[in-house]
Amino acid sequence: MGACVRREFVKGIFRENPVLVLMLGLCPTLAISVSVKNAIGMGAAATFVLVASNAIIALAGRFFPSKIRIPCFIVVIATFVTMVEMVMGAYLPALNAALGIFIPLIVVNCIILGRAEAFAAHHGVLPSILDGLGMGMGFGLTLLMVAFIREVLGSGKFWGITISQVYSSTGAVHPAAVMVMAPGAFFVIAFIMGFIAWRRERQLEQKRAAAIALMSETRV
Amino acid sequence: MQSYILLFISIVLVNNFILAKFLGLCPFIGVSKSRHQAVGMGFAVIFVMTMASAVAWVIHHYLLAPTPHNIFYQWLGEGKTPADFDFTFMQTIVFILVIATLVQLVEMFLMKAIPPLYESLGIYLPLITTNCAVLGVALLNVSDFGMLRNASESFAKTVLQGFGGGVGFLLVIFLMSGVRERLEHMDLPRALRGAPIAFICAGLMALAFMGFAGLGH
Repeated sequence: MGACVRREFVKGIFRENPVLVLMLGLCPTLAISVSVKNAIGMGAAATFVLVASNAIIALAGRFFPSKIRIPCFIVVIATFVTMVEMVMGAYLPALNAALGIFIPLIVVNCIILGRAEAFAAHHGVLPSILDGLGMGMGFGLTLLMVAFIREVLGSGKFWGITISQVYSSTGAVHPAAVMVMAPGAFFVIAFIMGFIAWRRERQLEQKRAAAIALMSETRV
Repeated sequence: MQSYILLFISIVLVNNFILAKFLGLCPFIGVSKSRHQAVGMGFAVIFVMTMASAVAWVIHHYLLAPTPHNIFYQWLGEGKTPADFDFTFMQTIVFILVIATLVQLVEMFLMKAIPPLYESLGIYLPLITTNCAVLGVALLNVSDFGMLRNASESFAKTVLQGFGGGVGFLLVIFLMSGVRERLEHMDLPRALRGAPIAFICAGLMALAFMGFAGLGH
């Protein structure tokens, strides 16, 4: 039981990371990741919607007629998104303004509909909640990573506090504004994906080398 | 007239949906591998975005927004103000359902009425429902032009923004597919093959498109 729980939770963060491995939900990842604050807000909102809609769909999914199940999923998701929108608009207006239309656009975030269809519709409630939590965390952590790189390099800040004087006391190193603009987002995500591919490649190569070494040993 | 031309140029080049607003990236990376597919997807997006903008405007103006034209106000509004009939909180859920239905209808209509067009666009249509550019343009239209006094001006600008957004999408996905067809034959570092190099190219394109930034003013 414990191992199963851990597996459902951890797979979303690493092995099946929704953004970097499955390439879902790219739009908010690139658009929101200008600052760490925005990334945390977006990650939390998406995780809430993911967990809540996964739970409801795991509970009630079997009663949806199979032909119109996708619209049914969308209605469930849109309901939770509207709740997030209202709560955020009332209590966190600054964050709501910064995230703009990307809060209502959580509805069409492929991660959420994808998990509803691929996992929650034919699993129990607890695994679905854990799956939602893991996937949401994977999404949030990726956002956080991209946002951290972009905020530090682009505006020389972390959490809104200027830190560029730490690495350039004379002001010789200026934050590169391009990193907080559109091209920077593309470059950062490209290099993170490239890094992951490079690591996977290297692991495969090591495994292959180990296998060859083993084979030659047994032959001798 | 001038404001319409400026709006069109700004939405196609300056505030391009993909490169400046990050809307519709999934099909942009997923379907830009061949030029033929990219053009098909681009035209399907133009079609759906224009129609979705128009339909969403009608729904917003006559059903959701607190305007004097609101159907519920005209029906039940005896002695009340339009502000009592503000259903804009339902916007997200109504728009996504309308778009999903619209895409389904368009698909069925094309299948029956214009089979050759269905052959070329059909497979892209189901994908478009979850394309955030379509819901995005409907929501942007409401925040940009929903408050305009003149209803016909508001409607015209809404449809133009939907159409222009689609044209910008077609332009960028077409350019990208050309780049990616070339990349197939390049000797790239193995780790960067596929999506990473596509993102780097998209970044360079975004950098180039930033050069248009002065045009809007």
